[in-house]
Amino acid sequence: MTLEQIRRILNCEVLNGNESLDLEVTSGCGADLMSDVLAFARPGTILLTGLTNVQAVRTADVADIRAIVFVRGKLPDRETIELAKARGIPLLATRLTMFEACGRLWAAGLRGDSDSEAAQDAGGVHLHTAV
Amino acid sequence: MPEVSIFTQRFEVRGRDFTSAGRASTAVKEILKEIGIPPATVRRAAIAAYEAEMNVVLYARRGTLELQVSPAEIRLLVQDEGDGIPDIELAMQEGYSTASEEIREMGFGAGMGLPNIRKNSDEFRIESVVGQGTALDIRIRL
Repeated sequence: MTLEQIRRILNCEVLNGNESLDLEVTSGCGADLMSDVLAFARPGTILLTGLTNVQAVRTADVADIRAIVFVRGKLPDRETIELAKARGIPLLATRLTMFEACGRLWAAGLRGDSDSEAAQDAGGVHLHTAV
Repeated sequence: MPEVSIFTQRFEVRGRDFTSAGRASTAVKEILKEIGIPPATVRRAAIAAYEAEMNVVLYARRGTLELQVSPAEIRLLVQDEGDGIPDIELAMQEGYSTASEEIREMGFGAGMGLPNIRKNSDEFRIESVVGQGTALDIRIRL
C-alpha cells in the first residue's frame, strides 16, 4: 500500500514528505509505547501513534519504519517535524482515533507485524501485555 | 580471543536531556551504514543502542555509549552513573518497569527495554551497583 493510498483512506494532512507519497509500506503497527514498536515492528512498516514528541521520529528512524501517522488529531511540534525532515521520514496526521485508523487500513488490506505463529496462537491479536 | 577493534567512537549521554535523546544511536546507525554493515545487522545494533541510550536518559544522571567495530563483531559498551538496578533478573522480564508517569508520557517504560537489547544482541552482559550505576556490554556478531 502506498502512502498516498493511506493519506486518502485516513484523510490525512501531510506534515512532511509530500514528495514521498509513492513510497510503499508493507505492514502497519499501532502503538504509543516506543519500546513496543522497537520490539514488534518490522522494517518497512507504517507506525500509527498518538505519541507526537521527537522520540516517535527517533524510534521510526532506528527501527527502519517507513512513515508515521499521528492519530486523534494530535500534531507534533516543529522540532519533531524538523528531525523527520532531516532523517527522511514522512509524517502524516489524521483526526481519526487509533482504533478507527487501524481498522480502516486493515479493511483496505494492510496487515500487521505479528509473526504467523503468534498470530495463530492469539487468533490475530497480540497476546503480549506490556504495562 | 579478544578482537582488535578497527573503529571506536564514544558518545556522552546526559540524563533527562530529552531533546538530545537518541542522537548517539542515530550516529551509531549512520556509522555502521557507512562502513557497509548489512542493513538487518545495522537495525539490530541501532535498536539495542537506542534502548540503552534511552535507559541512561530516563533513569541515570549521565553516561557514555561506546561503539567498537572489529571484523568479527559490533560491540556497544554503555555505562551510567545513576541509581542502579536492585534486581536485574526482575528488570530483564518483559513488561516489568519502574517507569514514572512522566516517562510513560514520553512513550517509554513499557518494560521492554532490556529484553529488547537482549533480543537484538548475540551476547549481552549487564552489571549494576545500587547507588552507583549500570554497565551494559552488548555484542553483535558480524
